[in-house]
Amino acid sequence: MNTLDSKIPEGQLSEKWTKYKASQKLVNPANKRKLDVIVVGTGLAGSSAAASLGALGFNVKIFCISDSPRRAHSIAAQGGINAAKNYQNDGDSVDRLFYDTIKGGDYRAREANVYRLAEVSNSIIDQCVAQGVPFARDYSGMLDNRSFGGAQVSRTFYAKGQTGQQLLLGAYSALSKEIKAGTVEMYERREMMDLVVVDGRARGIITRNLQNGEIERWGAHAVVIATGGYGNVYFLSTNAMNCNGSAAVQCYHKGAFFANPCFVQIHPTCIPVKGDYQSKLTLMSESLRNDGRIWVPKKIEDAVAIREGKLKPTEITEEDRDYYLERRYPAFGNLVPRDIASRAAKERCDAGYGVAPSGYGVYLDFKTAIERLGRDKVEARYGNLFQMYEKIVDVDPYENPMMIYPAVHYTMGGLWVDYELQTTIPGLFATGEANFSDHGANRLGASALMQGLADGYFVLPYTMQNYLSDQIYESKVSTETEEFVVAEKSVKEKLEKIMAIKGEKTVDTLQRELGHIMWEYVGMGRNAQNLQKAIPMLEDLKKEFWSNVRVTGDLTSLNPELEKAVRLADHIELSQIIAKDALQREESCGGHYREEFVTEEGEAKRNDQDFMFVGVWEYKGKDQEPVMHKEDLKYEFINVQQRNYK
Amino acid sequence: MDFTLKIWRQENRKAKGRFETYKISNISPDCSFLEMLDILNESLVDKLSHPICFDHDCREGICGMCGLYINGHPHGPDSAVTTCQLHMRKFSDGETITIEPWRAKPFPIIRDLIVDRTALDKIIQEGGYVSATTGGVPDGNAILISKHKADEAMDSASCIGCGACVAACKNASAMLFVSAKVSQLALLPQGKPEAAIRVQNMVAKMDDLGFGNCTNTYACEAECPKQIKRSNIARMNREFICAKVASEESTKR
Ligand SMILES: Cc1cc2nc3c(=O)[nH]c(=O)nc-3n(C[C@H](O)[C@H](O)[C@H](O)COP(=O)(O)OP(=O)(O)OC[C@H]3O[C@@H](n4cnc5c(N)ncnc54)[C@H](O)[C@@H]3O)c2cc1C
Ligand code: FES
Repeated sequence: MNTLDSKIPEGQLSEKWTKYKASQKLVNPANKRKLDVIVVGTGLAGSSAAASLGALGFNVKIFCISDSPRRAHSIAAQGGINAAKNYQNDGDSVDRLFYDTIKGGDYRAREANVYRLAEVSNSIIDQCVAQGVPFARDYSGMLDNRSFGGAQVSRTFYAKGQTGQQLLLGAYSALSKEIKAGTVEMYERREMMDLVVVDGRARGIITRNLQNGEIERWGAHAVVIATGGYGNVYFLSTNAMNCNGSAAVQCYHKGAFFANPCFVQIHPTCIPVKGDYQSKLTLMSESLRNDGRIWVPKKIEDAVAIREGKLKPTEITEEDRDYYLERRYPAFGNLVPRDIASRAAKERCDAGYGVAPSGYGVYLDFKTAIERLGRDKVEARYGNLFQMYEKIVDVDPYENPMMIYPAVHYTMGGLWVDYELQTTIPGLFATGEANFSDHGANRLGASALMQGLADGYFVLPYTMQNYLSDQIYESKVSTETEEFVVAEKSVKEKLEKIMAIKGEKTVDTLQRELGHIMWEYVGMGRNAQNLQKAIPMLEDLKKEFWSNVRVTGDLTSLNPELEKAVRLADHIELSQIIAKDALQREESCGGHYREEFVTEEGEAKRNDQDFMFVGVWEYKGKDQEPVMHKEDLKYEFINVQQRNYK
Repeated sequence: MDFTLKIWRQENRKAKGRFETYKISNISPDCSFLEMLDILNESLVDKLSHPICFDHDCREGICGMCGLYINGHPHGPDSAVTTCQLHMRKFSDGETITIEPWRAKPFPIIRDLIVDRTALDKIIQEGGYVSATTGGVPDGNAILISKHKADEAMDSASCIGCGACVAACKNASAMLFVSAKVSQLALLPQGKPEAAIRVQNMVAKMDDLGFGNCTNTYACEAECPKQIKRSNIARMNREFICAKVASEESTKR
């Protein structure tokens, strides 16, 4: 299929990006001023792209849902950001970061993209330091590192347990500078409602001003989608409340293909669910697995006694504890990749060894670390995470082990993009968690921040110019054309339709129902039978939404219920392709675990023969079955192996 | 647990606001404050009324989006937490809880408990950054920074921009917010070249936007969910005076 040209440059892996940059087309400074770019989303991916494009001289408009760009979900990332600096002299290199990322992704990511990511990773750290990001340093004044899952080197840079915050504030400061300079215009409390395509090219967006409900049109020569991931289709996730996949679905409906929707990451270390009033789950950073040890009781009667409150974890002796990750994976121990750690926890809990009252929880214990390092050191490393845990659970983690359980965290799938991060719609680019490009079937810790900033600071500013160089003959995009009028009208009609339903169920109720279907049938362990059940259930839920949702308030003022309803409608559609994609992928790989496809030891069993491809979904219209295309993955430089962390 | 809630309702910027009273029962002590409001809102939607609007996003105390004035305290009675991290176990059963938006002239009310805090972004735009554009920067380890300085800068940089300091201050001063950013960048070598102009521009903008003066009562420090210290204000004052003196000297020359 020529529509899926991934545009990977020729040549040796290590030369592709250099060659691309040397031969790509550029836009001269005078012409840059005449070109308009829209960026949707102010997370790491969007802010860094907008700031860099603005600094180059393009006219940038950037939009976000919240009241300030600094609120984007990236702010919540705790653990750190990877780079191949090899400051520790522990054997790291661009090649090794590349290799770890491909292997971590279970050989389902594109070699060329991942190599480029590893290549630019070092520049990110330099850039952030120059912006005044206060990364942790050691006593010599050098940058400090820690380890993350799936790696045997220490390559993760961090700023306490608030790395995402500091990186985002760095990108936000670069953005603020451009706003002041007038190259970037900021539109906060605006939600993208549709993409406008003119003559096959992305030419603008329709937004809703969330303060007064006004529907607005915006034209540009290119549009960048940096709207983050769609983990919230599961209702309970570690994502912020406003995270949503709605903009990506709008683009999908307008012709952008959606890749690998079923690749969803479940993070092993989250605070377990407490009650049905719960609105979200809180992540306990992966960095905790550096020093924390994960265990459940060896004896099932101990687990039962704990659940019933008759026994305390501190009363269980060393011999009676099962450090199951250390037992099963001696080489990586507690630092196995997320998918493996999550499944191992589920396996123990399903077997009856869970320790939370619900049966779904395992321990993350710092006893050994406190003995080895002293309380002060542990506090210096993880103090804010411990405080957060205590505030939520009301248990002191210095004295008692933390209780954790896996939860939905990140979506590897997203809008399909080529090497230039361009979607199947010319002029529409996707970046950060919103695209699918670099993490294959499983993302390694500390690599999302790396990818968002790599895309925004160092990739898009080049690849977009290659596209925009052809656009210099185009005048300003008028928003008075038929396409804009029609797009605005259809957005208004959709909103009016939702308001008019006046049904019986609140948005939250339906959202919980969606989350339930997705977690139970399209969750951590999947099988054909359940997936086949989920598909009609989702169809029913869609019907129920469009006939029975209740949204109060009005269209012309701030109305959070309406905002949630619009996103929910799109999330149901997205869930349908997640389920379909999960059903077609008859193998287990990375975060996608099909119970029918496992090795004798219960590990995920990939099928490279038949499934070494990206599943790319094309929307065919309302009430039509979407069509899946395949982008075959060719591994020319890496030796494909079965993943082994033992 | 059962509660009586007195909540500020206001349709829009111009409308006249008022308190309305709601009763809520059967709330788990492990429920967070915002989850308690979610439950109330679901019941309001059930009754076909407009839910109470409040800002929130991460719900883990880092984005700075949430912010309610609860029983006379920004972010409520617990210490070192944001509203989203506050749990109902911090209240007593049967208590009456008063919930208001941030009240400060530079933060106009948008609806109910939501205020417009873009004034804080505008201050940052006046210089709360290092003017490094993308590319062409030295290696991250080229300039060594002592661990002590880096940690101190990190403490200042922990500000989440929620505006609680402004809401806590009887003068609606933004000194703690501004000084945290000024301090972070003044402590780091990367921020030094622009330190003088930065502090002057940011302070001028703060005054311009209608934030009040600091009269050293330090309610801001007491209420800050991230425990940003008042020493930041002292450092900013020093930076400001040095910058003023330097600029006066340079004009004399
Ligand atoms: C709790 C947590 C901890 C994490 N820790 C780490 C870590 O330690 N290391 C790591 O590498 N990764 C981590 N991650 C993952 C990482 O934070 C995210 O993948 C990454 O920040 C996503 O960045 P982004 O810029 O793509 O999107 P986001 O930061 O999610 O930003 C999306 C933006 O889009 C806007 N938006 C969305 N829809 C619309 C619309 N329709 N109209 C207008 N605007 C819209 C939003 O307002 C927001 O500004 C963590 C994730 C979580 C949940
Ligand atoms: S919602 Fe993010 S700090 Fe409270």
